Amino acid sequence: MTIRRRDLLTGTALVLVGERLASAEVISGSLPWRPDAGAPPEAVTPGPWKFFTNEEAVMVEALVDRIIPPDPQTPGGKGAGCAVYLDRQLAGGYGHNEGLYNLPPFKEGSKQQGPQSEKVLADQYREWLAALDRYCQSQGGKHFAEFPAERQDEILQGLESKTVKLEGTDGGKFFEQLLKDTQEGFFADPIYGGNRDMCAWKMIGFPGARYDYRDWVARHNERYPHPPVSIGGGRADWTQR
Amino acid sequence: MARKLPSKDVVIVGLGWTGSILANELTDEGLSVAAIERGPWRDTATDFPPTYIQDELRYRIRHELFLRPSQTTFTFRNKQSETALPIRTWGAFMPMNGVGGGGVHWNAETWRFLPSDFVLRTHLTQRYGARFLPADMTIQDYGLTYDDLEPHYDAFEYLCGTSGTAGNLKGKIQEGGNPFEGPRSRPYPTPAQEQPFGPALFAKAAREMGYKPFPQPSGNLSQPYRNPLGVRLGACSYCGYCEWFGCANYSKASPQTTILPVLVRKPNFQARDNSEVTRINLDPSGKRATGVTFVDTNGNEWEQPADLVILSAFTIFNVQLLLLSKIGKPYDPQTNQGVIGRNFTHQTVSNIHAFFDKSKFIFNPFISSGSIGMCVDEFNGDNFDHGPHGFVGGGYFGQVQTSGRPIQNTLVPPGTPRWGAKWKEGVRDSYLSTLNPGTGVHGSMYSYRDVYTDLDPTYRDRLGRPLVRITMDFHENELKQNAFITDKMAEVYHAMGAQQVVKLTRKGPYDITQYQTTHLNGGAIMGTDPKTSALNRYLQSWDVPNVFVTGASAFPQNAGYNPTGTVGALAYWAAAAIRSKYLKSPGPLVHA
Amino acid sequence: MRDLRRQLAGALGAAWFATACAPHLAVADNQPSGQDFSLIERGRYLAVLADCTGCHTDPNSEVQFGGGRSIETPFGNVLASNITPDNDTGIGAWSDDEFDAAVRFGKRPDGKLLYPAMPYPYYTHMSRADIVAIRAWLNTLPSVHNPVDENQLPFPFNIRTGMHAWDGLYFSPGSVKPNPNKSAQWNRGAYLVLGPGHCAACHTPKTTLGGDVSARPLQGSPLQGWFAPDITASEALGLGKWSVEDIVAYLKTGHNRFSAATGPMAEEVADSTSHINAADLEAIAVFLKDQAGPSASGGTPLSAHDPAMVAGGAIYLDRCAACHREDGKGIPFLIPDLALASSVASREPTSLLRVVVHGSQSVATAGEPTAPAMPAFGWQLTDAQIAAVTTFVRNSWGHAAPATSSGEVHDVRERGKAMAD
Repeated sequence: MTIRRRDLLTGTALVLVGERLASAEVISGSLPWRPDAGAPPEAVTPGPWKFFTNEEAVMVEALVDRIIPPDPQTPGGKGAGCAVYLDRQLAGGYGHNEGLYNLPPFKEGSKQQGPQSEKVLADQYREWLAALDRYCQSQGGKHFAEFPAERQDEILQGLESKTVKLEGTDGGKFFEQLLKDTQEGFFADPIYGGNRDMCAWKMIGFPGARYDYRDWVARHNERYPHPPVSIGGGRADWTQR
Repeated sequence: MARKLPSKDVVIVGLGWTGSILANELTDEGLSVAAIERGPWRDTATDFPPTYIQDELRYRIRHELFLRPSQTTFTFRNKQSETALPIRTWGAFMPMNGVGGGGVHWNAETWRFLPSDFVLRTHLTQRYGARFLPADMTIQDYGLTYDDLEPHYDAFEYLCGTSGTAGNLKGKIQEGGNPFEGPRSRPYPTPAQEQPFGPALFAKAAREMGYKPFPQPSGNLSQPYRNPLGVRLGACSYCGYCEWFGCANYSKASPQTTILPVLVRKPNFQARDNSEVTRINLDPSGKRATGVTFVDTNGNEWEQPADLVILSAFTIFNVQLLLLSKIGKPYDPQTNQGVIGRNFTHQTVSNIHAFFDKSKFIFNPFISSGSIGMCVDEFNGDNFDHGPHGFVGGGYFGQVQTSGRPIQNTLVPPGTPRWGAKWKEGVRDSYLSTLNPGTGVHGSMYSYRDVYTDLDPTYRDRLGRPLVRITMDFHENELKQNAFITDKMAEVYHAMGAQQVVKLTRKGPYDITQYQTTHLNGGAIMGTDPKTSALNRYLQSWDVPNVFVTGASAFPQNAGYNPTGTVGALAYWAAAAIRSKYLKSPGPLVHA
Repeated sequence: MRDLRRQLAGALGAAWFATACAPHLAVADNQPSGQDFSLIERGRYLAVLADCTGCHTDPNSEVQFGGGRSIETPFGNVLASNITPDNDTGIGAWSDDEFDAAVRFGKRPDGKLLYPAMPYPYYTHMSRADIVAIRAWLNTLPSVHNPVDENQLPFPFNIRTGMHAWDGLYFSPGSVKPNPNKSAQWNRGAYLVLGPGHCAACHTPKTTLGGDVSARPLQGSPLQGWFAPDITASEALGLGKWSVEDIVAYLKTGHNRFSAATGPMAEEVADSTSHINAADLEAIAVFLKDQAGPSASGGTPLSAHDPAMVAGGAIYLDRCAACHREDGKGIPFLIPDLALASSVASREPTSLLRVVVHGSQSVATAGEPTAPAMPAFGWQLTDAQIAAVTTFVRNSWGHAAPATSSGEVHDVRERGKAMAD
C-alpha cells in the first residue's frame, strides 16, 4: 500500500510522519513504504529532573560519581550525565516496567526464576534511595552527598558485600541495579543523557554509531583513527567552519 | 463472534523464515496463501535504518525488536517439584516478534548438522552401547538422514548467499573448511568473510595446536549477491550491530532480504500483520483442520478458513498452539506418554574472557558481524571418542566475537574491582585488547524425560490463554561436555598469548536470567513412531494430516550447532513433500 | 468468434476479457474490424508505450482507466478523465475521429481544448492508425460509471479558451518525420521518445507558461517536487556515461549498475517501460545517446578545503558510506553509485534532496524485485548539514555543481510535509 502524491493533493490519504500504524494491515502487491517513516529515538534534552526530587538527584549524582569517579582525562558519572540518564529512564517506560509481564500472582521464587517483584523499578528506586538516606542519617546525621569520598566508597562497598543493611529493603539488590544502570548510562549513546560528548567512548576508543569498517577488517593490530559518532548528530567536523 | 474471511488454500501461522519459505514454495504451486503474523511488518529502511539502528541500549539491552513479555511469555521451573513462575523479563532466551521473525535479528550463523546428528540414538548405541547413555536421556533419530536433507541445505544456503569455505565437497575434504562436515554437493554461494584480528590470531594458534580451524559459515555476506529468486543482497560492512539488530544495508540474510520482495508481488499471496493466531480450528472429528482463528490489535476475532495449515510460529508457540488446539496428545513426564511438549531442549554454551597486553594487541572488537569468527569442530557431535570422557554430545568452539558494543564488552581482568577508579582505569586499558567471544563454546543439549513443556495451571496471557510452562534443568552429561570443551578452548587463548584467561564454564542449575542463545527446540518433534513423536518425517502432524509444523520444535534433541540452517533445510524438505506428494493426494504421507 | 475470444483471453490473460460486458464498439471507416485481435493487441501495446494508465487509472481503485486521479501542474490540479467505454461518464459515445482529435490535437468533442496535462503535444507525433488501435483496445475494457470533473484549476487557468493562445505558442500538430540519415532503429527510438513515450513532458525544461523550451530538449526539468534529469548524451549532466545496455536495463527493470528509478519514474517504469519489448527499449536508448546536451556541468568542482566540502565529507563518511561506500560506488543494482546516479549529476539538486530528507523506495519489477529503499535523514540532519553533504556529493567523483543552500533543503522539507510519494 503506497500513498501516492496525487492522492494527497486531493486530500484522500493520510500523512504519517515518523509513525507506523499500529493496527493490523493486509499486505499484498508491494512492500509497504512511506516517506519519513520509522521511529527515530527522542534525544534527552537538558532540563529539570523528570523523576528524581532535588534531594534524590543530589544523592544519585554523588552515587554515580563514586561508581565512576572523575579523573583528569574523563568525567565521572556525574559529569558524564549518568544521573540525568537514570532520571529520564525511570521517568519513562523502563521505570514503569513497560512491556514486562505484570500479571499476578506475585511470588518469590528461586534465583534462577528471575525477578518476580510487583513493584515497578521507579518505585523500587524511590524506596531504595529513601532507605539509603535513612541509613546515612543514622551514621552521622548527614546525607550521602555530604560524606567525604572515602566514606561514600565504604558505604557502597558495604552495600555490595551486604555488610551494610538497609532497613526494610534489600541493599544488595539496590547496589547491583544501580551499578548496572550507571554503567549502562555511561556507555550508551549520548542521546540518552549519559556519555556526555561521547566521553566514555573516547576513553576506550569505541567509534560509536559508525557502520562501515570494510576498509579496516584486514588491518590487523592497527589503531582505528576516527573519532566516535553519536546517533544524535555526529561530531564537530559536521559543522562548517 | 469471529468474522469469517474468504477461504484460502493455505494459511501460514507466523511469517518468519519457515513461514516465508513455505509461502513462497506454495504460491509457486498456484495455491492461494494467507500468512498471519502476530507482530508488525518490518522493513529495512523503515525499521532498521543506518541512521538509528546503531543503538546498543535500545536494541540489545532493552531488546526493542523482540516480543514483549506483556504480550505473552512463559513460566519456568527447574524441577517438577517446584512451582513455575512467570518469566517477567527475558533473560535466557528472547523470542522474536514481527514479520521476518528471528531472521531479522539473528547472528546469521548458518550451519549444517552432522550426518550422525540425524541418526543419533542408533549411532551412539552402535558406537558406545546402550548403557553408555543416561537412562533418562530420550534422544531419538529424526526419521530422515543428512543425505535426504542435503539438497535442501543447499537450497537454503543459496537462498541466503551464505558465505563460507566448504570442508567436504562430495566426499573430498577441502583445505580451509570444516573437515568434519557432511558432504556438500557444491561450494558455498559466496566466499567466507574476511576475518578481523582476533579470529585470525585464534586460528593461527589453533592450527599450531593441531586443530583445523575454519571460518564460521555466515549469512552476513562477504560480497554482493543475487539469489535464485532474483533478490539482491549487499556486502556486510562489519558494523558490529548485528545480532539483536536488523541489518541496515541489506547484507544480512533474512526473509526481508531474500524472499519477501518477490513474495508480496504474487497475486495469490496476502499477509496480515499485528494479528495473533489464537487457535487452529478442527472439524468435529478432530482429525482435520478447517483453518485458524486470530485476533487483531482491536481485539476483534477473525477466522481464516483454509485447506492446509502450516504452523511456523517458533518452537514454543508451535507447542502452545498445538496444546490449545488439542492437536496431539500432551506429554506427561510421569507416565512418559504423549508427545506434545516432550524432548524440549536449549543449547549448552559457555564463554572465555581473554585479556592481552595492550601494548601488543589491538583487537578493534567493534569491527565485527554476527557470524564472524574462526571455529574448531574437533569436539562436536561424535567427532571424537567419548569413551574415556563419560558424556555424549559436543559443540564447536571459536573466537566468534560478534561485537565490541561497550555496555556489554567493557570487561576488566580478574581481581579488578567492579566499580570505582580502578575499574575505570581497567576498562580504559582493557577494551581494545580483550577478547570476549560471546558463545565461545556452542554445545549440544540432548533431551531428557524431565525437561519438557506443558500448559501452566495458574498464569495466563493478556487474552486469558494459559502460558506455556517450561520445566528445564541441566543434566550431568551436558555440564561435563561443557567443562571439557571450555577447558580446550582456554588452552587456545593461552597459546595466543593472553595474559589472563577466565573460563565461564556453564554450571547448573539452569538459570532463566542468563542469556544462552534463543535456540529452543523440541516439543513437537519429528520421528518414525507416533507414540514418541508429534510429526512424521515430513513435519506432518500424525494426528491432523492437513497440519504441518515447521521450525526447531521438530528437533528431537539439539545438536552442537546453531539451528537455523537445519530449520531452513527442513522447511524446504517439507515444502517439497507437500508439493510433490501431499497436494496430489492429501492425507497422511507416512503410515506408521 | 469463439476462437477469437479464447485467443484473446489466453493472449491477454485477463479473466474479465472473456466476459467483457457489452463492449461499445465504434467501428471506424476503412479500418479492420474493431474486434481484430492484432489491432487490439497493437492498441494495448501502444497504450503501454503511452502510459495511459499512469494518469487515467486511480491507484486506489480496482478498476482501470476510470479516471479521477489528480494531476499536479504548475498551475494547479487537473483530474484525469474516465476513458472507459461508459457512454455517460467515459468515452463510449465518442467516435474514433473525436477520440483522435483529443489525443493528437487536444480538442474535446464539445470543441473545448484540453490542458496539456494530457500530453497531446507529444501524442501528436503518433499516427491516426495508432490512435484507432488504442481506441479498439480501450473499447474492450469494462465500462466504469465514474463522473469526473476534470477542471480543478484555479482562476484564470480554468478558462479553457486560454489554451488557444498556448497552443499557438507551443503546439505543432503532426508527426515527426523520419530522418533519412539515421538508422531505422534510431528513427523508431525517435518516434517512441517524442511520441507515445512523451519523455519531454517531464524531461524538457518548461517556460513560465508551461511550454517546452524547444532549444533545450530533454535537458531536465523540475516536476512535482522532483527534478526529472537530463536524458541527453551529456557526459556531465545526462546519460553520457551510461551505455545502451545501462539505459535498457534501467527502463526494463528500474535498476542498472549504478542507478535506481524512484519517485514519478518508478511509476513510469512499473506501468510502462518495464512492459516495453527489448528492441524498442534499445531503440529508445540509441536515440537518447545521440541527443546533444550541455557539454559542461556547473564548472569546476568546489575545492576539497571548502568548509561545505569538509563538513559534508565528514557527514558522508559517518552516515552515508555504510551503504554508498567511502568511494561512492555503492553496490550494483542495490545501492546507487553516486558518481553516476542521475539525481546527483542533475542541474538542480531537488531529487537528491528529496531522497535524503524524506527517504525513497526504488521501484520493484519482475526483473528486479528487491526495491531497496533509502531511509529518511531529515529528522537527524539539519538543513545546513544536508546542504553540506549534498554539496560534497555533487562535487566529488567527477561531479561539479554549485553548493546546495540551507534554503533549498528547507523548501524540500516543507513541501514534503504536505505530500508523500
